[in-house]
Amino acid sequence: MSNSAKITISCRINQRPCSFETYPMTRLIDLIRDDEHFTGTKEGCGEGECGACSVLMNGELVNSCLVPAVQVNGADIITIEGIIRENKFSALQEAFVDFGGVQCGICTPGMVMATVYLLGKNPNPTEAEIREAIAGNICRCTGYTKIFEAIQHACGKLGALQ
Amino acid sequence: MTVKRPVIRKDGKDKVTGRAQYVDDLCFPNMIYGVSVRSSVARGKIQKITYEGDLPWKDITVATSHDLPGPNVVAHILQDQQCLATENVQHPDEAILLLAHPDRQLLEEARRKVRVEIDPLPSIHSIEDSLNQKTVIWGKDNILKSFVIEKGNIAPLWNEAALVVQGEYRTGAQEQLYIEPNGMIASVSPAGITVWGSMQCPYYVHHALMVAFNLPKEKVRVIQTETGGGFGGKEDYPSMIACHAALLSLKSGKPVKIIYDRAEDMACTTKRHPSITRHKTALSKDGKLLAMDIEFLLDGGAYATMSPVVLSRGAIHAAGAYNCPNIRITAKALATNTAPYGAFRGFGAPQSLFALEMHMDRIALQAGLTPEEFRARNFLQEGHVTATGQTLRENPDLPGLMGTALNALGYHAKRANYADHNRNPNSRIKKGVGFSVFLHGAGFTGSGEKNLASVVAVEATPFGRVRVLASSTEIGQGARTVFAQLAADALGIDYDQVDVAQPDTHIVPNSGPTVASRTTMIVGKLVETAAIGLKEILIQSGHLKSECSTEDFSDQFRNACASYIKAAGPLKSFAQYQQPGHIQWDDTKYQGDAYGTFTWAVYAAEVSVDLTTYEARVDNFVAAQEVGKVIHPVLAAGQIEGGVTQGIGYALYEEVRLENGRMINNRMTNYIVPTAQDVPPIQVIFAENPYAHGPHGAKGIGELPLDGVAPAILNAVAFATGTTLTEIPLLPETLMRAMSNE
Ligand code: FES
Ligand code: FES
Repeated sequence: MSNSAKITISCRINQRPCSFETYPMTRLIDLIRDDEHFTGTKEGCGEGECGACSVLMNGELVNSCLVPAVQVNGADIITIEGIIRENKFSALQEAFVDFGGVQCGICTPGMVMATVYLLGKNPNPTEAEIREAIAGNICRCTGYTKIFEAIQHACGKLGALQ
Repeated sequence: MTVKRPVIRKDGKDKVTGRAQYVDDLCFPNMIYGVSVRSSVARGKIQKITYEGDLPWKDITVATSHDLPGPNVVAHILQDQQCLATENVQHPDEAILLLAHPDRQLLEEARRKVRVEIDPLPSIHSIEDSLNQKTVIWGKDNILKSFVIEKGNIAPLWNEAALVVQGEYRTGAQEQLYIEPNGMIASVSPAGITVWGSMQCPYYVHHALMVAFNLPKEKVRVIQTETGGGFGGKEDYPSMIACHAALLSLKSGKPVKIIYDRAEDMACTTKRHPSITRHKTALSKDGKLLAMDIEFLLDGGAYATMSPVVLSRGAIHAAGAYNCPNIRITAKALATNTAPYGAFRGFGAPQSLFALEMHMDRIALQAGLTPEEFRARNFLQEGHVTATGQTLRENPDLPGLMGTALNALGYHAKRANYADHNRNPNSRIKKGVGFSVFLHGAGFTGSGEKNLASVVAVEATPFGRVRVLASSTEIGQGARTVFAQLAADALGIDYDQVDVAQPDTHIVPNSGPTVASRTTMIVGKLVETAAIGLKEILIQSGHLKSECSTEDFSDQFRNACASYIKAAGPLKSFAQYQQPGHIQWDDTKYQGDAYGTFTWAVYAAEVSVDLTTYEARVDNFVAAQEVGKVIHPVLAAGQIEGGVTQGIGYALYEEVRLENGRMINNRMTNYIVPTAQDVPPIQVIFAENPYAHGPHGAKGIGELPLDGVAPAILNAVAFATGTTLTEIPLLPETLMRAMSNE
């Protein structure tokens, strides 16, 4: 990896224009965490299995540990830090806390991102749809039940906001 | 009152917004990275180490055991584990030397270019080979720890018995799989060592560093960063990583960060002990237990580490929630050439209780009794005496708990319906229900709590803010929240007025390790006592009226703090653990009160088994338990749901595959844990029966849920398939084999 030549990448992370001199295969998660210091995005496995590193890239949910820098050029990236500003989703974050969807918290940013993505496409998911949407996000603490409850509750509230 | 109410967890907001700081989120000026070079063989003699390739070796910090100022050990119970292998390696992936450099990619290249030549020695990889001393790899006989627990005399009973039932049961290893891998940062200066990291037990790390670096206690400082799950997996291993990071920092003069990647974490760190349990049980003609002969064997891995205490908890739980006049439990932990097994939620009890609860169903079947009737005839009651000779001082309402759980599942109707359904040879999906009954001892075993003599402090500021000081860590279970609830209620102030200090050995007293379901019950009680003490100080000194009107109590409290501090200086109150008088324990004989109290549970599962794929699925689950009193309903239910889910993984999915002692499926792609699509609806039911020595009557609950899930599920699968099952994980191929053997 260090043998290949560095390239210049420009993108937006949480609406902030960013530019990197980096290797083509540098992972998006490293750009987010090490270069931009958005440490809310977590690394649980580095191989696309745990979902802790989930972010939105051009509106799609991706595992940032699997995306090489070369694919990031021109992209619009939203991380957990980027959704706080969007008020309507703070009800979702509140529900995660209130309903016990957060324990150790290491999976939480990824879970929230996966849910944001789900609710963006489907504001009123069934429980089966919720299960499917977060099936790529492993939580070892909660047993998921309270996460389902949190999302269902938030849907009701978010629905009322719209 | 905040206790018993679902107050908002203290750490919720930071975690849900991504602001909480885990160890890998921290960065220090000049910080460099560290990695470990590990053994490629299971056992051998190190011959030669060469540094190859065209790499700037002089810029890379290299550290070996010779650089350690103190003895080359990671101090645990016995000091038998090397910090870095020097002459001999005892298991695959054992750390031999350490490298540090600012560039992580170069470091990774360098790690691959260190050539360690090792002359292999014969190694052993099973409990049987270790017991038979195929090769002696540890001590004089491979036995890390052994003891016998005896009650009455089992010998005369085998001939008198109406029925004798034997069985052998096996459990595999299980990986904790906390989603945050292990990691540490160390900074060494002439003033001493400071480490930050993911851990459960700051004072364990503190002790290990004092020993390996030969430093007095004030020169070692350990700070817990937000910890992304532990489940026992961050009980002892963090001491190892802390020693490694500190050694690299000592050698390089810079702060060093070591973060394990997932593959390294899974291959090298501790897991749940594999086990074999053999039961021989004598029954009277009215279905009462006459004698239980139990052999309980654990694979401990290459060093003793936590095995002696895991063995002890597992063995003490081996006779379960039943009354039997004659019991012998023979327990051994054996050495094999695998990375040491360690603590994992339940700590030996899930292994021995799996065996027992499978065996109870097997006995019932042979005795011609229903599983519930057979168990009910033998339940422990108040006044009964356990295997260790402990007289029960509480009345576990096991018949009531069993009724509740079975009714909640619709057990009786389903059992009848599914028996009919399964008889149909055309039904491809077989259905079953099953359950388990079990107990879990809360707090350290025997005299453990007395020896720990934990201390907690509570202090107040002039503005009336209160801070709890304890080394017990928040690892997701909600320690911070529960401590704040208990302090707030003891003082009569708002929950929001209470903070809980980040565990830092320079600031917090040693309240013991965050293990053994002791944080709420033991440490929580100390928080309450210290808080009451603080209020007493204010009252005794005349700054607070003892009769406080509740209306403006917060204001009165604040004023009292302010005036006290102005007049007398810092306001701080300590509490130290005092063992309740009723606990008597003899460590040499394994006799006496093994635990101050027990939690009790009945778990019931409904499953479907697809006879085309041999896959078993849990469709419904009921977890009914008596846990003293619940302090926080949402957190408590969360503990149970999370534990049940780990138990489902333990029962059906999670297989640690070893080849010559090395874990070969050390990735999340091939070590399968339950996802959101695998968990059934879990109904959590709490029965309450306050424990006099727990805060507000609470007992410990963290580990309990892991104990009884696997046998409940396997008993249901056994019913569905009409097959005797003896082994977890019950993978499709395991079930297929069991069914074709019938
Ligand atoms: S870290 Fe990217 S999926 Fe696990
Ligand atoms: S809250 Fe710990 S992994 Fe989900």
